[in-house]
Amino acid sequence: MNDFKLETQVMPEKTAAEIKKAGKEHPDKNKIVVRDLNFYYSEVQALKNISMNIHSHRVTALIGPSGCGKSTFLRLFNRMNDLIDDIRIEGEILVDGQNIYDPGLDVVNLRKRVGMIFQKSNPFPKTIFENVAYGLRVGGLGKKNKSETEELVEKSLRQAALWDEVKDRLHESALSMSGGQQQRLCIARALAIQPEIILMDEPASALDPISTAKIEELIHELKKHYTIVIVTHNLQQAARVSDLTAFFYLGELIEYDKTTKIFTNPGKKQTEEYVTGRFG
Amino acid sequence: MKKSFKSGEIFIWFTGLGLGVSLIMISGLLVLIFINGSDYFLPASVINVTKTDGTVLLGQITRTEEVSKYDLPEELKDETYKRIQLKTGNREIQGFDFIWVDERDIRETKYPEDAVVIERLEFGNFYGFIKEIKVNGKVKPDSDATFSSILTGYLNKTSNIRKEINAVEKSEIGNLNYQIEQLRLKIKKIEYKYRGREEQAASEIRLLEQQITEFDEAYKTLRHKVDSLSSIGKKFTVVCTTASGIEKEIPLMSIVRVYSPNEMTFFSQIGFIAAKLWEFVFEEPRESNTEGGVFPAIFGTVMMVLLMSIAVVPFGVLTALYLREYAKQGAMVRTVRIAVNNLAGVPSIVFGVFGLGFFIYFVGGTIDQLFFPERLPSPTWGTGGILWASLTLALLTMPVVIVATEEALAAIPRGIRESSLALGATKWQTIRRIVLPAATPGILTGLILAMARGAGEVAPLMITGVVKLAPSLPLDSNFPFFHLDRKFMHLGFHIYDVGFQSPNVEAATPMVYMTTLLLIFLVVLLNITAMVIRARLRKKYKSSTF
Repeated sequence: MNDFKLETQVMPEKTAAEIKKAGKEHPDKNKIVVRDLNFYYSEVQALKNISMNIHSHRVTALIGPSGCGKSTFLRLFNRMNDLIDDIRIEGEILVDGQNIYDPGLDVVNLRKRVGMIFQKSNPFPKTIFENVAYGLRVGGLGKKNKSETEELVEKSLRQAALWDEVKDRLHESALSMSGGQQQRLCIARALAIQPEIILMDEPASALDPISTAKIEELIHELKKHYTIVIVTHNLQQAARVSDLTAFFYLGELIEYDKTTKIFTNPGKKQTEEYVTGRFG
Repeated sequence: MKKSFKSGEIFIWFTGLGLGVSLIMISGLLVLIFINGSDYFLPASVINVTKTDGTVLLGQITRTEEVSKYDLPEELKDETYKRIQLKTGNREIQGFDFIWVDERDIRETKYPEDAVVIERLEFGNFYGFIKEIKVNGKVKPDSDATFSSILTGYLNKTSNIRKEINAVEKSEIGNLNYQIEQLRLKIKKIEYKYRGREEQAASEIRLLEQQITEFDEAYKTLRHKVDSLSSIGKKFTVVCTTASGIEKEIPLMSIVRVYSPNEMTFFSQIGFIAAKLWEFVFEEPRESNTEGGVFPAIFGTVMMVLLMSIAVVPFGVLTALYLREYAKQGAMVRTVRIAVNNLAGVPSIVFGVFGLGFFIYFVGGTIDQLFFPERLPSPTWGTGGILWASLTLALLTMPVVIVATEEALAAIPRGIRESSLALGATKWQTIRRIVLPAATPGILTGLILAMARGAGEVAPLMITGVVKLAPSLPLDSNFPFFHLDRKFMHLGFHIYDVGFQSPNVEAATPMVYMTTLLLIFLVVLLNITAMVIRARLRKKYKSSTF
């Protein structure tokens, strides 16, 4: 399956800071390791025996036809599927060597490390500022630490390339923004809690081409500091933004390789058929 | 025809018809209530009727109807005759307020200019003519022009005296009584505490008794003041004659107002209506509730509804939160939900009985035994009161709040919760900061429905604390200001009491309609307040349109 060089070694004893540093120096180091993963919605098996490594400071795209399990897979990384009753997981997912389905793991802490952007932009009915500061506030950075909050909010908005557009109306309702701005606000909101990994679930599927281009540009920028996993229906988008691409079909990981290879010279027939548009 | 069935056009007409019928029914109800109630404050003309047998009647027409055929002799069967109901007042002279007069028996009618209506504190209205004014038994010279101004001046004087007496009795003597009562209860408590060894507490009790004697002294001075005031007031009287020529001396102190409807100008009519409305809304009832105002009932209703809201919202919202957010959805939760919905259909008297059994006898009785054993067997909390009534109504309206809150919670987009959780918020933080604010308009909708139901409910209140006439309001200037153990008056019960329990039902009818109108108005007012708040919140929390 993975016919290019991957580091399978896990670094369990290192501190988070060291890992981050190591990741920056060695971008191909594994940030997330998935081993023999099976996932069930009550009786239905949604993911079948999946093993893959996600690399630090790379953009990994998950593609595949509707219902192939790619979104389910993505939502496993920050345990968003926990909200659904009656699910069952076999196998393990290691983030920086730690199994995130370990019963003793603090889910809130995990979600602070693994941010997520959803398909539908869903700003809170608060001001722009409060939207970005939300993660900080619930994380315990109270109103006392005003300057620090303001600094982080500005930094996040700049990173999300939104600062110049909203700096004069930070205290207006976030719902007054355009769709594309709202989605970038959601990205800024996720960046504010300084995660290591960002999951994106079809972040541009509901946006117009210009807004989409802005988001894609943003992903390019963000990859310098974060590990990004993106689910997309749009094959061109996957080709444009990602370094690695995984093709899912009917709950199975069919092929996982460098994006250029997947799109120009796929190893499997199913992948070829999908990327050339014969089905999906 | 077939086509219009198919296209559904005919059903549009049906829906419109449904709406129209509902609107007609509601506006018909309001108009009926308003017309019947308007008798209460409109100054009807005074008519002088001379019957064929020579009796002379003076009064206001309250109703006109056709004489039933069965009441007519055989030879007049095909004719139609009317009869009128006159309010002739003068209850203490004639023994009745109302009389029916057949059209056939009337010889002559006229509207005398100088006929007056005197509203009194006792015995209802007086209808007649003013003859003279007496001060201290001496007849005041009757020079026609200044006559009415002299009367008005004296009436102002006596009504001021009455107000002063009222103020002293209500607030000063009321406060004294309250304090004496508190001291008496204190003594009782000490006696109870030291029972068997009273000598130890003797000095303490003596001290308290001394205080009571001091208050008694103060009370005596106040009483004396009241007595001297009323003896001044009693000097002013007015001598009147009835239509049949009987003379009657009425003390000005017992007169609320004097007016002669037959010579009223348009503006004095307006003034009269305004005065009557003011009296209705802001004054206390007289004559076993059939006259005067309904202020204590308005106060009691509003306070009870507010207390109920304070109780029902937290419990309802917490229940709905657990059901919707925390409980594992399954057969159990479904059963609970069905049970809650059914609870909304339980007759309200059942809730009243439960309130009586649980809140009053069990909770109140236990409180009495634990904290006020010295006062037993007379109950403190173990009897009906505004708190127990409010809690009973809170129980009654809880299902409404639960259902509305659940709907509101369910309507919050899943994405918005997920994004909060994805930002590292705990479930409780998500509920506190995102879900609850966004659900507030829905919760308020529940509260509006609950208030509308609660304010109109009477049956459960009758056994949990409502009374016909409460001596004091549940909120006053005596510490601790809120007296939640007190009984209270309520508009709904007032309607029932005045309309069906009062000794003079006929006289009270306009009052019943006016009270109904007021209750409807009050409910609408409470609802509008909640709706304005809800509209503001909706604007703030309108969910993402994208």
